[in-house]
Amino acid sequence: MKSVIEILTEIRPEFDFAASGDFIADGMLDSFDMVTLVSALDKNWGISIQGTDIVPENFQNLQTIEALLRKSGAKP
Amino acid sequence: MNFTFRGKRISGVLVVVPANERSFVEEMRNFNFPEGRSLKLKEVMGYDKRRIVEPGVCVSDLAVFGLQQLFEQNLLKREEIDALLLVTQTADHFMPATSSLIQGRLGLKQDMLCLDINQACAGFVIGLMQAFMLLEQESVRKVVLINADVLSRKASPKDRNIYPMIGDGASITIVERDTVDSVIHASVKMDGSRASALTIPAGGLRLPSSPETARLEDVGDNNLRAKDHVFMDGSAIFNFVQTEVPPLIKDLLVEAGVPVAAVDFFLCHQPNRFMLEKLADKMKVPHARMPNNVVEHFGNSGSVTIPTVMAYNLRERLLREQLQVCLAGFGGGLAWSAMLLKLGKLAFNNITEYE
Repeated sequence: MKSVIEILTEIRPEFDFAASGDFIADGMLDSFDMVTLVSALDKNWGISIQGTDIVPENFQNLQTIEALLRKSGAKP
Repeated sequence: MNFTFRGKRISGVLVVVPANERSFVEEMRNFNFPEGRSLKLKEVMGYDKRRIVEPGVCVSDLAVFGLQQLFEQNLLKREEIDALLLVTQTADHFMPATSSLIQGRLGLKQDMLCLDINQACAGFVIGLMQAFMLLEQESVRKVVLINADVLSRKASPKDRNIYPMIGDGASITIVERDTVDSVIHASVKMDGSRASALTIPAGGLRLPSSPETARLEDVGDNNLRAKDHVFMDGSAIFNFVQTEVPPLIKDLLVEAGVPVAAVDFFLCHQPNRFMLEKLADKMKVPHARMPNNVVEHFGNSGSVTIPTVMAYNLRERLLREQLQVCLAGFGGGLAWSAMLLKLGKLAFNNITEYE
């Protein structure tokens, strides 16, 4: 199983996600990247993140993404 | 708002798609965007092939082509048509109504009603509702519902937000009275306060087309678009669909007393694969019962996508049997609509190519 940061880096290899506290404000993820990310997270954890949860606030940083995964039923 | 209709049925469906097929992989270099990210988008959204008209082709051309084919194959007679409804957002002219142009080109009788309806992706269900209402009149025995759009002509080839998914096409749906007194349930909702999420800003009287409105502008995310082009706030539309459509369908099924498990297929508008998978998951409907493959073969042709799902995915079954289906459309307006009905056995359920 891949880590969140590995998945993020596959989508946008040009960015250092560990060094950012706000991926959206720093221009590292746009709306299409969020869709690609959700699809990858769904597959990796065998879940389906709810469509209504695909909002920028849930993709600001590693902590918000991990919280979204927990909310969506991902098992660590 | 809920509606109930009795003793009406769809008796045939013909979908007209342009022969001109475009490939996402070939077109992605038009976007100022890394190829790897475009390919990821293709995989998730289902963008692949789509059909768009050649320059100059209008909605009436697609509709006349399809209706002539039905006349030639003896699947429909000119004199049977008591009403011709056209649902489109891309009319041939401001005036006259494109439905009147179609009537004139085909030499249809004068003793009939022609009506244009300006609706987008919710327009198949809304058009059916209008057809059912007309059939309440004794003088109306057969209604031809045409859904048609050529939105590719209003989309910027350099706008990755919308261009890769746009398809053109027309559908011709024959609607008439049923000998069986079956009940059809429908529901529609509208929210004009969110109309700017999906719009063509210029070209009407509010902002007439001019050299200024035709100029491509950098609108962010490496996209170029003019005010003459269609604009879609993708995130707003996505959230609108995920928030509004599941309760609309749920309430409709409750009203009809039909559980989700009793619906054979949910035939939804086809914006992209990802949105439909999320919709199915939210409603706890297996993906196989909510087909999502139209955009990858034909593109998103607005209100034409629901008939395209019928003809592409269920052609044989709908010719030989009756299925309980729930239709759902959602998009510009904003408008969202759903209908629960028994569909089939159809006299025809075909896709044809406009050369």
